[in-house]
Amino acid sequence: MSNKNPRNQQPTIGEVMDQAGVGRRQFMKYCAGITAMMAMPPLSTAAFARDLRAARRPSVIYMPFQECTGCLESLTRSFAPALENLMFNTISLDYNHTLQAAAGEAAEAARHAAMEENFGEYVLICDGSLPTKINGAYGTSDGHTFLQQLEEAAEGAAAIVAVGSCAAFGGVAAAYPNPTGAVGVADLVKDRPIINVPGCPPMPEVMTGVLVSFLASGVPALDKHLRPKAFFGDTIHDRCYRRRFYDRGLFAKSFDDEGARNGWCLYELGCRGPTTYNACATIKWNGGASWPVEAGHGCIGCSEPNFWDQGGFYEPLTAKLFKERGQAAAAAAAGVAVGAAAAYGARRRQKKLAGDAE
Amino acid sequence: MSILEFSRGPMLHFALIVFVFGVLWRLTATFLLGFRQRRSEPRVTKGQAMAGGATVLGMRSWPHKEFIGRTAFGEAVGYGYHIGLFTIVLLGAPHVLFWQNLFGFSAPWWPTLPGGLITFISILTVMLMLIATIRRVGHPVLRRISNFDDYFTLVILYALMLTGLMTVLGIGGRYEYILAAHIISFNALLIWFPFSKLMHAFYIFPSRFLNGYMHAKKGAAK
Ligand code: HEM
Ligand code: SF4
Ligand code: SF4
Repeated sequence: MSNKNPRNQQPTIGEVMDQAGVGRRQFMKYCAGITAMMAMPPLSTAAFARDLRAARRPSVIYMPFQECTGCLESLTRSFAPALENLMFNTISLDYNHTLQAAAGEAAEAARHAAMEENFGEYVLICDGSLPTKINGAYGTSDGHTFLQQLEEAAEGAAAIVAVGSCAAFGGVAAAYPNPTGAVGVADLVKDRPIINVPGCPPMPEVMTGVLVSFLASGVPALDKHLRPKAFFGDTIHDRCYRRRFYDRGLFAKSFDDEGARNGWCLYELGCRGPTTYNACATIKWNGGASWPVEAGHGCIGCSEPNFWDQGGFYEPLTAKLFKERGQAAAAAAAGVAVGAAAAYGARRRQKKLAGDAE
Repeated sequence: MSILEFSRGPMLHFALIVFVFGVLWRLTATFLLGFRQRRSEPRVTKGQAMAGGATVLGMRSWPHKEFIGRTAFGEAVGYGYHIGLFTIVLLGAPHVLFWQNLFGFSAPWWPTLPGGLITFISILTVMLMLIATIRRVGHPVLRRISNFDDYFTLVILYALMLTGLMTVLGIGGRYEYILAAHIISFNALLIWFPFSKLMHAFYIFPSRFLNGYMHAKKGAAK
């Protein structure tokens, strides 16, 4: 509550909303949408809205590491409702070298200023993995490795939101043989609250939803992979509208067969829905227009650790199991040999006993 | 590597190898043992002896008139349990997919039953297994002739069937853990199989047949 803290001089989100001419009803509708999306009880909406209005506009530092900008694309090009964009605008995005006008030294100076002013208060968003081999030299900017930058930026962060499967788990860059030694933020930072929002890319509604819920009520309940349970609590398969076909054993066998045309389950075409936790099946993509499984493609499990090293995306989950038939044949031959030897031994004993008896 | 990847990756691989090795060991050893020399004159032709074998195979698979009052219940439970088990494993969609993937063929003709029906059959089958267990523990003779093999096999089967049900019903924890537990139970079954009573799957019919065949040959079959 001290006045030295610059965050106390920031307007509250309510004030920002008022200034932008957002009506109370529109704001409540937005909050109701968020709480519904997070499966919070309807009665909690009012309290959520109150807390969110009272929250001060946060300073956000967005650090891109070894990334493809897909996550940022997902976030900024979302077809999300205007208010949701506005929500994103209410945060004070103090650094994002892709979006900001300032570049080079000026941008870095702005980042350092924001970090100093808001030490201990700012939200650090990261996307991209962190290359660790040769002391992090695979990823540098402004003369510093990503490793150093993360360490420095993490120190004063109130919380870190690792956006995308790369920042969360290492991602595609970490795929075998992982030449750069890529890892996720949580593999390196151990002493800050970390919220993982994986996905390749993550859903824009989930990214903003996580930010907003963090502002209103702090770090949400997380699962074992540090993903907010509100969005990653159910598997794709749990919520998939093709589930009734799975349950009836009706599977598309190729992308253009009768089954595919009838909208049958895509499990045999490699769908990873049963072991993938994400919100695609409920929130859907592009403003609720559709989502991968609805568009006819199996889920590739993009919000799960290691999804990049699970064999072909079009192989059913268990397909890769018994490829080494040579080993099975060898085991069979060894079994026959041991069995024959055992029988031979037994017969000799038998004969000997018979001889003794005579 | 997650526990699920481990269970359906290296552990399954290992279990399959033990299974193939162990089963062939046991089968080869048994079949190469040979038969004791029969000194008596064959009373019937080879064909008749074979028919005798087939008859006993059939007869032994049905309660005997004389004892039907005492054995019918146990046999009914046994039949019910086995039919349930085979239905689940051969007609349940996830299992059918598993077999196809395992052996690397695609069989669009392979029929499957609706998931709800399989779940219902699974619950019935678990109940039958429970009855069989209670009978084993409660029956004075059965109890005395039961050994570690009988109970350990039951433990594995309970684990397998209960985790299977939990996977479907979504109870007991996160899907990938329960599924991993299910596959680990299956792996345990594969490893235990060749060295336990589970080998009856291979022995039961040949041994019934041989028994009848021998008796017929000696003229001892009716
Ligand atoms: C109560 C009985 C059972 C039920 C309800 C059941 C149900 C299931 C279900 C729902 C799956 C999930 C597949 C997936 O999501 O990928 C599964 C997998 C599997 N089950 Fe069962 N099961 C039962 C008994 C058995 C038995 C007796 C066996 C062994 C002979 C067995 C072997 C397997 C195997 C090997 C898998 C793994 C497939 C994979 O790798 O995806 N199950 N079972
Ligand atoms: S399409 Fe995928 S997620 Fe949907 S029911 Fe089939 S396996 Fe599950
Ligand atoms: S459907 Fe699966 S692979 Fe596709 S975006 Fe959703 S979680 Fe990722």
